[in-house]
Amino acid sequence: MSALVEGATVPAAAARAGAARTHGPLFVALRRDLLLAARHRSEVFTALSFFVVVTSLFPLGIGPEPELLRRIGPGALWVAALLATLLGLPRLFASDHADGTLEQMALAPRSFALQVAGKMAAHWLVCGLPLVLMAPLLGLQFGLDADALGVLVVSLLVGTPLLSLIGAIGAALTLGVRGGGALLALLVLPLYVPALVFGSGAVEAQAAGLSVRAHLSILGAMLVLALCFAPWATTAALRIAME
Amino acid sequence: MKSLRAFRFASPATFYPLAGRLQPLFAALALVLAAAGLWLGFFVAPTDAQQGEGYRIIFVHVAASWMAMFLYCVMAFWAGVGLAFHVRLAAMMASAVAPTGAMFALLSLLTGALWGKPMWGTWWVWDARLTSTLVLFMLYLGFMALQAAIDDPRRSDKAGALLALVGVVNVPIIYFSVRWWNTLHQGATVSLTKSPSMAQTMLWGMLLMALAFWMYAIAASLGRVRNILLEREAHTDWVRHAVA
Amino acid sequence: MQWHSASEFFAMGGYAGYVWGSVGACALAVGIESWLLRRRHRRLVEALRRRSGTTPGTPASDHASDHASDRRETTA
Repeated sequence: MSALVEGATVPAAAARAGAARTHGPLFVALRRDLLLAARHRSEVFTALSFFVVVTSLFPLGIGPEPELLRRIGPGALWVAALLATLLGLPRLFASDHADGTLEQMALAPRSFALQVAGKMAAHWLVCGLPLVLMAPLLGLQFGLDADALGVLVVSLLVGTPLLSLIGAIGAALTLGVRGGGALLALLVLPLYVPALVFGSGAVEAQAAGLSVRAHLSILGAMLVLALCFAPWATTAALRIAME
Repeated sequence: MKSLRAFRFASPATFYPLAGRLQPLFAALALVLAAAGLWLGFFVAPTDAQQGEGYRIIFVHVAASWMAMFLYCVMAFWAGVGLAFHVRLAAMMASAVAPTGAMFALLSLLTGALWGKPMWGTWWVWDARLTSTLVLFMLYLGFMALQAAIDDPRRSDKAGALLALVGVVNVPIIYFSVRWWNTLHQGATVSLTKSPSMAQTMLWGMLLMALAFWMYAIAASLGRVRNILLEREAHTDWVRHAVA
Repeated sequence: MQWHSASEFFAMGGYAGYVWGSVGACALAVGIESWLLRRRHRRLVEALRRRSGTTPGTPASDHASDHASDRRETTA
């Protein structure tokens, strides 16, 4: 709760710094969530370990032939990233909902949507960005060369925020609902298909010597669209969940 | 004002008997159109040069695919109306359409498999239409699962509505991305979307079957929404009178 | 008309299983759905008749919980 009290002074500071008053709530929420994540560092490592474990399952299930692994590498890594993101989503709003902080945020005179956007940004920094940084190492396990790894990292860099944004809508819709994680997966995975197709497609295009730009541009366009609509949709879903 | 007259039918008490009268009409229409479509498809349309008689599956397969797609949009439409205008009946209509839409998606997948096996040798073909129908089927399931998991009817309506709207916006994106994925990986060889060159009668047959399925979907949705109304409004006077 | 006999029609040039399987699956699905809807309607009407026959004017709060259980068991 002290973080909320502390947050009351930050908007003033933000205004002084010249930033638009409206962006204050976003950074307040962002800072708060990062602080909370720093106190529970194990959560970050859980998501990361999950990513590593799932990636290792593919060769174990399919076989170690290098050529085969090189072919499935991008797809396998992307699927693992998808699943790892999915794993961290319920935590996005659950604890705040449980202790009433979420309602406080909704009732506060500050923009709820911006606060939610701040939470989503924090979620990506804590759950998504580590995956991006870990990916090159895991890509080596699949025998991907340096160029492929580069495209992989870029595709994940653009893709993981997209996954967090879309996933947040699902997390908000299923807040406190029976069936939790599996239901969330059912809702969100179909929506992840385009990101998966273009994300892993980019790496495969690079391997085939084709242009990567088309895939990455489309991925980027989807990210921009999600940035515009997802916070708004998530906020609406949260209001529905808290009625 | 036209909208006021339309809102009269948003009252469950008025809508219930109306739906009851309309339901058999649409069912009858469905039967007639199906008879016409099947007659065209099985007795008038010629044998296909490449696929022989096996191609006749398209008369149900394509119609089911179109309906699965169309009904999702209908569902999203009613969900949007319910959310925007706070009309409970619209939300119930969305919930009523979903299972029928899901059924058509499943039929599309099933008939697609039955078409693919003799034509291309495998029970499942990862072509653009089948794959996107599969994803569409999962979108339907998600909607139904979410509504089933939430006990409070108002929250269930609204959450489902939001999901349906998010879904409908994503459907074109998903279709586009699956087609892109398909052309990159499979080329033009294996594709159910490359239907045989259409004779006029074939096209008409598919159209009539699609219309038949549509009329049936309306009839089924009307029936289902009546059931939903009975469940949700059980405590009201008009229900007591309606079932007496 | 290209069918020279009924058996030829049913044989569908060797694709009988697939073609009639598809048409049959559609007919079956439609039939099952219609039957399920009618059955649910019948049960609801019977239950509501029984309820209004015994206790008129039951408080709304009871019905709220009934709705919840109805929702969970009938999704047809």
